Amino acid sequence: MSAVAAQYDALQALDVEVLSVSVDSHFVHKIWNDEELSKMVDGGVRFRMVSDQAGNIGRAYGVYDEQQGIEMRGRFIIDPDGVIQAMEVMTPPVGRKLAETVRQVQAFQHVRATGGKEATPAGWEPGKPTLKPGPDLVGKVWKVWNPSME
Amino acid sequence: MEEQDVSCSRVSGAVPDAPVEADQVPAESASQREVPRMVARVGQKAPDFAAPAYYQGSFTNVKLSDFAGKWVMLCFYPGDFTFV
Repeated sequence: MSAVAAQYDALQALDVEVLSVSVDSHFVHKIWNDEELSKMVDGGVRFRMVSDQAGNIGRAYGVYDEQQGIEMRGRFIIDPDGVIQAMEVMTPPVGRKLAETVRQVQAFQHVRATGGKEATPAGWEPGKPTLKPGPDLVGKVWKVWNPSME
Repeated sequence: MEEQDVSCSRVSGAVPDAPVEADQVPAESASQREVPRMVARVGQKAPDFAAPAYYQGSFTNVKLSDFAGKWVMLCFYPGDFTFV
């Protein structure tokens, strides 16, 4: 979570609100922030740390492990209409790469801004060419994009 | 966002639209309880929830639908004081 806290400004700049969720109580969240996370990141955690002690939220998102009573590393990007655009779920020992979340948010925001008229190819980042799906592009993607452009 | 009264009761998150089967199942069979059918999928509406949270020195209640109109990154993790 300290990695997310460290990127909070970048996410805020994209108008992304962050909510973290675990089965710990909000009291434990406070102590974790005060005693540890605030020593890893200037200003500590500035987003809401949600408590899901009964696992109800985790179940609804398919990330709650009934055997262990914990939640997997699930990351969901939800758009302004409340629709889930992306999800990534990992088992506990491997951490996330937040830069990839930022990239995906930028791509989904770009697609949304074009009203779905553009799509972003693999590895797209702002400033790189997009694809404009339509009859003219069928079988002709090779003319405008190839993996070396990723 | 409204500030939450601090009490000692064991409050937890709630998913208003989820089936209520959890309360109808005797505790001893809880481990065999079926996982609720409502599971998040891409392209579908994110399940709404309301839950207590810690936020910048205060305890508050968070409702996902309060963030309508904004992008939200919802991040689950195994637990506080774990190592990754």
